[in-house]
Amino acid sequence: MLVDDFLARSAERFPEKVALVADGRRLTYAELDLAADRFARGLRARGLERGDRVAVYLENTPEAVVALFGALRADGVFMVINPTTKPDKLAFILDDAEARVLVTDGPKLEAARERLASVPGLSAVVVTGPVGSSLDGLPVTSFEELIESAQGRGSPVRRSIDIDLAALIYTSGSTGSPKGVMMTHLNIVTAARSITTYLRNTPDDVILNVLPLSFDYGLYQVLMAFLVGATVVLERGFAYPRVLIQRLIDERVTGLPIVPTISAILLKMDLGRYHLPALRYITNTAAAWPTRHILELRRAFPQAELFSMYGLTECKRVSYLPPSELDTRPDSVGIPIPNTEAYVVDEAGSRVPPGTVGELVVRGAHVMKGYWRRPAETEAALAPGPLPGERVLRTGDLFRTDADGYLYFVGRKDDIIKTRGEKVSPREVENVLHDLDGISEAAVIGVPDPVLGERIKAVVTLKDGARLTERDIQRHCRARLEDFMVPQVIEIRESLPRTSTGKVDKRELRAAAGRP
Amino acid sequence: MASIEQDIRGFVVENFLFGDAQSLPAPDESFLASGLIDSTGVLELVSFLERQYGITVEDEELIPDNLDSIERLVRFVERKRAARG
Repeated sequence: MLVDDFLARSAERFPEKVALVADGRRLTYAELDLAADRFARGLRARGLERGDRVAVYLENTPEAVVALFGALRADGVFMVINPTTKPDKLAFILDDAEARVLVTDGPKLEAARERLASVPGLSAVVVTGPVGSSLDGLPVTSFEELIESAQGRGSPVRRSIDIDLAALIYTSGSTGSPKGVMMTHLNIVTAARSITTYLRNTPDDVILNVLPLSFDYGLYQVLMAFLVGATVVLERGFAYPRVLIQRLIDERVTGLPIVPTISAILLKMDLGRYHLPALRYITNTAAAWPTRHILELRRAFPQAELFSMYGLTECKRVSYLPPSELDTRPDSVGIPIPNTEAYVVDEAGSRVPPGTVGELVVRGAHVMKGYWRRPAETEAALAPGPLPGERVLRTGDLFRTDADGYLYFVGRKDDIIKTRGEKVSPREVENVLHDLDGISEAAVIGVPDPVLGERIKAVVTLKDGARLTERDIQRHCRARLEDFMVPQVIEIRESLPRTSTGKVDKRELRAAAGRP
Repeated sequence: MASIEQDIRGFVVENFLFGDAQSLPAPDESFLASGLIDSTGVLELVSFLERQYGITVEDEELIPDNLDSIERLVRFVERKRAARG
């Protein structure tokens, strides 16, 4: 089975059913299926070949969904790029992935125009909405035109099989450069089947997704809805909690995926006033769900089951806590998802007994093929498994289990920051800070925050005579980093603390940030 | 005394644009569409309005119609102040 078969099969079973609600439009399975076929034919007509990467740089829109399924139907590989990504990083990712086609909108294309000239592999740009002027030597086609001009019926002749790549999902790495997680059709189908099994998704489900499709947690809401023939309601984001509640009511939403930042904001409201009889489940992943959130949400929505989960992009999902266990062990992230094995090992790679802290290792058909063109980092993340040729995922996360085998997250092995459920590499932020003339040294750390999980704090020293203010530094970051990566706090110091080996002592900085 | 509009512009420039007044959206331009403010930004904005004008923003008032541009914010604050008498 291929990932785009999710759409084809549901279109056969429920052609007239609404598959997607987004941007005030309601699209049926038959409409989406047809649009994906035509988009695929349009891509092929413009020279897309098997395995070529198609970058989708759009908000949560119907066009984004059509583009990613269209890319698959053309035997291509899709990659969704966060729409708040700035031009420099966009160019880096397109270049790194050697993307062949970019799908975006007019304003984003305009903002990135100059940088796109330096992306050699790109051979076409598809723009939703009005098409502006063309790029030097690069054809710009309108999304509508690509679909309308497509010749022939049905999907193009297919050659992909399920061990071919379906997606590159870019994620922050400890080295500071984003890297593309290679997911095959089989990886994604395996994860989607497993998750929809324990959530017991059915065609009657209506899933509300406010998370960006560049985030695998958001992307899978669409994929899983299409797998089971449910309806997915896409929002462009989550700014107004009252609007979210109204969408839940109006669309009779049954499934709500969130991150702790969303529950923190929802719980500031008087939720007891809203009656949501249709809401069947709420899921949390990406950062630990505070026990207080779990208890208060359960009081507000007693009919909804709460799923506390854990995973990482490299295998999508690892574990979930069965809702019946919430009272006994609310701080556990539960048991491996169906058809997955997860165990804790010591430094030598041997399994450790319950209670002992070690690195979590994951085994299953959902484990990625590696990082796109990053052999050394792939080698570090994928270790030989028990069977010949098999690779297991070293998560880089420290865990322990209890006597019943339930998993508990202890901490990260590296210093990756988790803010609003997104991973931020301190190195990536530090690199941007170092680009600012006047900054001598920069160290970026995460500081605990009740709403964000962690706030990003940058501690910097200035060169002699430099007159930068905190504001100047934040403004510099805002122009170059995705919104969630911009440090909320900047501290200018005379010097940075050092460890005995001369490195910046981040432990000391974190401890100081935690002190009143 | 500074006008409500000036106060709000000042707050947005200081807190969301880090002093870059050039990037301030037009009075009728959506903060959401311009990517200026997200969910935590909305909360900061609301606590600023409550502090600055002594008003209380109710849950059901947390909607784009009231808060999603400088113009809308000014009208909202004026309405709230008038209602308070």
